Amino acid sequence: MDILVYLIPVSLVLGLLGLVGFLWALRSRQYEDLEGAAARILFDDDPRKETPK
Amino acid sequence: MSLVGRTRPVVPNAISAAACAHCGARLAPGQVRFCCSGCEGAHGLVAGLGLDAFYRRQETEAGTLRPETAALALDLAPFVAAERDGVQRLDLVVSGLTCGACVWLVEQALALEADVLSARASLATRRLSVTWRGDAGRANDLVRLLARLGFRAAPWSPACLRATEDAEGRALARALGIAGFGAMNIMLISVAVWVGGDMGPSLRHGLHWLAAMIGLPVVLVAGMPFYASAWAALRAGRPSMDMAVSLGVLATAAMSLSETIRNGPYTWFDGATMLLALLLAGRVFDRAARRRARQSVAELLALQEGLVTRLLANGRSEAVPAEAIAAGDRVLVAAGERLRLDGSSKAATLLDAAATTGESVPRAFAAGDALPAGAVNMGAAFTMVVSAAAKDGSLAAMARLLERAEQAKGRFVAIADRASRLYVPVVHAVAAATFALWWGVLDAPWQVALVNAVCVLLITCPCALALAVPAVQVVAVGALFRRGVLVTSATALERLATADHAVLDKTGTLTEGRPVLLPEGQDDAVLARAAGLARASRHPLAQSLARACPDAPLAEGVHEVAGQGLEAGDARLGSPGFVGLPPSSDGMTLAFRDGDRAPVLFRFADRMRDDAPAAVASLAALGLPAELLSGDGEGAVAALAWQAGIAEWRAGADPVAKQARIAALMAQGRHPLMVGDGINDAAALAAAHVSASPAGATDLAQTAADLVLQRDGLAMLPATVRIARRAQAVARQNIGFSVGYNVLAVPLAVAGVVTPLVAAVVMASSSIIVVLNALRAGKD
Repeated sequence: MDILVYLIPVSLVLGLLGLVGFLWALRSRQYEDLEGAAARILFDDDPRKETPK
Repeated sequence: MSLVGRTRPVVPNAISAAACAHCGARLAPGQVRFCCSGCEGAHGLVAGLGLDAFYRRQETEAGTLRPETAALALDLAPFVAAERDGVQRLDLVVSGLTCGACVWLVEQALALEADVLSARASLATRRLSVTWRGDAGRANDLVRLLARLGFRAAPWSPACLRATEDAEGRALARALGIAGFGAMNIMLISVAVWVGGDMGPSLRHGLHWLAAMIGLPVVLVAGMPFYASAWAALRAGRPSMDMAVSLGVLATAAMSLSETIRNGPYTWFDGATMLLALLLAGRVFDRAARRRARQSVAELLALQEGLVTRLLANGRSEAVPAEAIAAGDRVLVAAGERLRLDGSSKAATLLDAAATTGESVPRAFAAGDALPAGAVNMGAAFTMVVSAAAKDGSLAAMARLLERAEQAKGRFVAIADRASRLYVPVVHAVAAATFALWWGVLDAPWQVALVNAVCVLLITCPCALALAVPAVQVVAVGALFRRGVLVTSATALERLATADHAVLDKTGTLTEGRPVLLPEGQDDAVLARAAGLARASRHPLAQSLARACPDAPLAEGVHEVAGQGLEAGDARLGSPGFVGLPPSSDGMTLAFRDGDRAPVLFRFADRMRDDAPAAVASLAALGLPAELLSGDGEGAVAALAWQAGIAEWRAGADPVAKQARIAALMAQGRHPLMVGDGINDAAALAAAHVSASPAGATDLAQTAADLVLQRDGLAMLPATVRIARRAQAVARQNIGFSVGYNVLAVPLAVAGVVTPLVAAVVMASSSIIVVLNALRAGKD
């Protein structure tokens, strides 16, 4: 049972990390365009331009 | 280059001979590759930019990308925001942006412009942000480029913002994340407690404290949406499901804390957080579906919301919002612009008032006639003297009519609330009685009495009932959304399920709202010459003539005689009177005379939608006999009613008459389903028991309707009725099941024989049964 002393904190910390990640993603609006992101990842051509010529 | 996993292209990859190579619309006989010159131009443009990969990826609805030939009505320069270093930024809402390929095409086509720095489109919000270096006026070129590709764009407006800036939705998602985290971790601890048979009491006590430390904050934070809504309901003095949920969750948490403090054997933090997570998940999904519906309405509003060009005394003009115009102001109405205000003109005008009156052909207005707001200018630009400010005009009057009708509908109560009206007081009374029984009558210690009372709340814990209806709603709304039907109101499905009469509008609902040339053996050469002239006009009849003969080149030297027709050399095309024939009665005729040759008549008909008779028949089979209610003249309405298989029809109905007819039906105790698309239908749509609008409907109609049929046609309507009825049946089963379950379980809880483990298992399985049953609601 001593193993619980390690396992429970570890699982809690991992869970909290996931929660913080989720809240961060929510705050930075990564859930605003789910469909667009799903389609965009499949286009493998490079962006034509990022900086002005 | 390939699009892995996308196997459902609406537009076939290899463009078949029958579909337009750009927009995918069905080609009329005689058309080769393209349905119109706009698509031909767009296809050339895409190929010229080296972006033909678009056609291999595209999966838009056929026809949505047909470019409009009309010029840009709105100057976008005032909407451009200047950023530092001379960089300009413009946010647009883009219609036609329906798939990943469209996003790609729009972004790439803009990025190919030398001065454009970045272009980023969002598929979910239809928002496009573009930045470039240089002049603000470039905005118009960029939007014109989009228009040539078939995308219509309008400035990103506060209306879109309200629909997409969904702060409440984000709060729900955050609460769901927190509840999910809490539920999973506490469940982990609970499982350890349950199966750890050889666990000492001190270790169990420690684990319970740990669960409490996670559970209490989670219950307090993640439950906020429920507590807030329950508090609001409490203050309004009406029972709601959220009250039952809040009390159940809070009582469970308080009880578990007390058990933890006195080192009792059981805690229920796992149940409380799991219930919150399940309910929040349902709300998040439901909200996402409705948000899509609201958004597409807002998108339409943005496309049609506009500025008005006011003429100043010094001869200059300025663009101002329609609300800023007062009676007596002079405004310029460009060709093809929609009138936002009532007024009159010193010149004769030709207006398409289909949206406001339902007439299918544009009408000529003489100088000085009252011009109705909402109509579209089909002739040349003219100056209008405004007779009423926007808030006093005919559109505002229509909106007030709509508001009154909507208030009448607001009294409808959703099935879940009706159930909770009985359920909530009864359950709370039983719990209170249990406490009184154990403490007062049986003389048990107050802790035991409280445990038993909370057990009653726990086992009836509105789990099953709280999930019963929302789960069905989420499944049914989602299933309809995948079929292209947007549900915009929470009670729409319930009302649709009980509809017993269908009232259909004619133009744009039963018909396509677009006249087509009747094939009457016209001479091809004559037709081609007439179409060459017709190409120069925006009149719907002329445009259908041009469509009927797409290869005809534009005739030279065409000029338009306002309200009459077109002239090129000695050839004339227009109203029968214009070429020297007696005037025709039905307005759906164009006459053509080429020099001295005998005049030719082209007759048109507003074609009925292909699926209309089948939809009418299926509706009748479902117990919704159809009735036709139209603003058009008797002849046209009777003919169409006969064609569509509708026995009952009324012609010449104005907005007030339409609303009155609906009110009369309601007074008879019928539950009419109204289907319409025009501004003139809006009040009737709002007044009806339940209402639907087809995709091309005006913004006012779509706002008033409970359902928006996104794909063309009425074919989905019978299926929607079937899904709504099935959803109602499943919801009733669910409620019946949870009530029955409570009737069995409550006596056990009152008697104090339910252990928390049993309660947890029973609770969870009842919820699962309800959710599994709800999954059946989406089937047609």
